[in-house]
Amino acid sequence: MTTTEAPVFSLPKIKNWLPAYGVYVAILLLVLYNVLFTENFLAWSNIRIQLIQVAPIVIVALGMALVIGTEGIDLSVGSVMALAAAFIPLYLGYGVLAAIIVSLIAGVVVGLINGVLVAKVGLQPIVATLALFVGGRGLAIVISGGQLKDVRNEDFIYLGSGDFLRLPVLVWIAALLVLVIAFVVRRTVFGRRLLAIGGNRPASELAGLPVQRVLITVYIVCSVLASIAGILAVARIQSSDASAVGLLIELSAITAVVVGGTPLTGGKVRVLGTVAGALLMQLVIATMIKHNLQPSTTEMVQAVIILVAVYVARERRSR
Amino acid sequence: MSQQVVTGPEVPAAVVQADLRRAERTDRIVGTIQRQGALAVLIVIVIIAAASFPNFRSYDNAATILIAAAPPMLIALGMTFVIITGGIDLSVGSLYVLGGVVSAYASQWGLIAAFIAPLLVCGTIGLINGLLIAYTRMAPFIVTLAALLGARGLMRAISSEGSETYLVKSSAFRSFGNGSWLDIGYPVWLVAVLVLLGILLLARTRFGHAVYAVGGSQDAASLMGIAVRRTQVTVYIMSGLLAGLAGAINAAKLGSGVTVLGSGMELDAIAAVVIGGTLLTGGAGTVAGTIAGVLLLGVIQNMINQIGNVQSNWQQVISGAFLAVVVVAQTYLARMRRVT
Repeated sequence: MTTTEAPVFSLPKIKNWLPAYGVYVAILLLVLYNVLFTENFLAWSNIRIQLIQVAPIVIVALGMALVIGTEGIDLSVGSVMALAAAFIPLYLGYGVLAAIIVSLIAGVVVGLINGVLVAKVGLQPIVATLALFVGGRGLAIVISGGQLKDVRNEDFIYLGSGDFLRLPVLVWIAALLVLVIAFVVRRTVFGRRLLAIGGNRPASELAGLPVQRVLITVYIVCSVLASIAGILAVARIQSSDASAVGLLIELSAITAVVVGGTPLTGGKVRVLGTVAGALLMQLVIATMIKHNLQPSTTEMVQAVIILVAVYVARERRSR
Repeated sequence: MSQQVVTGPEVPAAVVQADLRRAERTDRIVGTIQRQGALAVLIVIVIIAAASFPNFRSYDNAATILIAAAPPMLIALGMTFVIITGGIDLSVGSLYVLGGVVSAYASQWGLIAAFIAPLLVCGTIGLINGLLIAYTRMAPFIVTLAALLGARGLMRAISSEGSETYLVKSSAFRSFGNGSWLDIGYPVWLVAVLVLLGILLLARTRFGHAVYAVGGSQDAASLMGIAVRRTQVTVYIMSGLLAGLAGAINAAKLGSGVTVLGSGMELDAIAAVVIGGTLLTGGAGTVAGTIAGVLLLGVIQNMINQIGNVQSNWQQVISGAFLAVVVVAQTYLARMRRVT
């Protein structure tokens, strides 16, 4: 290397590079640490458990990433999971497919309400989805009669506990959804419109984009993904408890999206970053549990990670 | 509602005048509904409840509602200031729980410590929130989300991972929570005084004006020479302090620091503030509206308890539906004012 070349690790370069790829570096370091210092970290059974635990968060976070890409937020995802879970035992008698379809329809309805409130009525996303956050879980508990219901249907349980090509079906579904959403964001007109609206809504309106339709679709997609996560959660734990399914998942999902480098200001969606964000948080929790650290410490570390991620990713404003 | 103001050579000036006056009146009425809507609904619901449930009319029941509303009222008071500056504070639910645990723990050193300790801890977290939001320009939503997790972790750390419930040792502190003066509980008096101070602070002081100005436009406020950052830091400290105090009051009432996770208090507070007519976009809102919003949610809960055989889960459904109706109505009212 000659002295005339610019240094490879100049400060401004790192500043630009860190927000985009910092999360991958963090995962790499954490994995390295675990390989060296954690017993049985590379055991297949451990990797399996980590993947199964992270799958529902990834699925919900994908939808959240799309909503955040439009400069919105969806607080109702946990309630949607509970609603989807509440419908499963009620309709399983009509067949697995019927139960899943009914649960998905519940997701569509919630998403439609959120979307209409945001796009047509013009409410702030946080308030619009707050209403269903409050009401949705209550409704789910009312529907399920406030009881935990066991689910014994073999075909249905396969979704949550079965294997396909040595990997859990749950993980396959999550991976498939990641690919679909990544394709939609990068390669479709809908994806382009979504990013345009998130970047500058008035300009998109003036450019003649169907802003309302795109926004409503985004909220529906987010809710449907949440209800898929709810269905899979029921299939995994083999029972439906509307008061527990998806509790506080909105926080995990938002964290995954933000840590993955998607700005809250909209106009940008990092799909793979979101997956990495969810994996990172999962790894952090797993590492601390393996080293006998208390949940209290884990939570405080999570708080610091969120702050650092957002601080690093914060767009330098021209002001 | 929007009256077409017809102008033209053949229309007498008096008619135009009358039309203008009518438009002005509509504007005023709509504005009043927007500001006092929660109060109006509260009055209607109280009348309905009093007519349908004999137990609702009793003095004891009114006292129950007020005592139950005391902690949420304090949290919503702080939230009102934060939201008017255009921010949001998601950490108050965790701070409320943390404040309760700290207060119960500190009560072994007496009444004063039981108040000072939670204020110190929660005020510090509020200060950190405010500094991060004001000086790094990170989104309030994210900063206070992290504080929610951090405060919850802290609460678990001092309570042996949530397994240890500290009992309130100071009998003076316990009697503060359960005693009363003139048949009204001490906590209600304390909250009433603080809410009154809040009203005066927001409406009558330089600081209050700064809060509105920052929420209206940070850039304009800073050009006007308002200390934007100091105002922001102050409102988050206030929010933290009030959440901690609410936790202390709850600990005094229950006689212990209960270590529940995810109290959901922050979202109840936001709902109450929004129902009270404060706009989440910042720059507009009143403490009086927030009082009505908190009482409204409290009365709805009380009514559902009165019905008894209805599942308590309906309360969430009704609160959620109510929130949706109120915010949608508010948006349309705001739009109507702009048209006229």
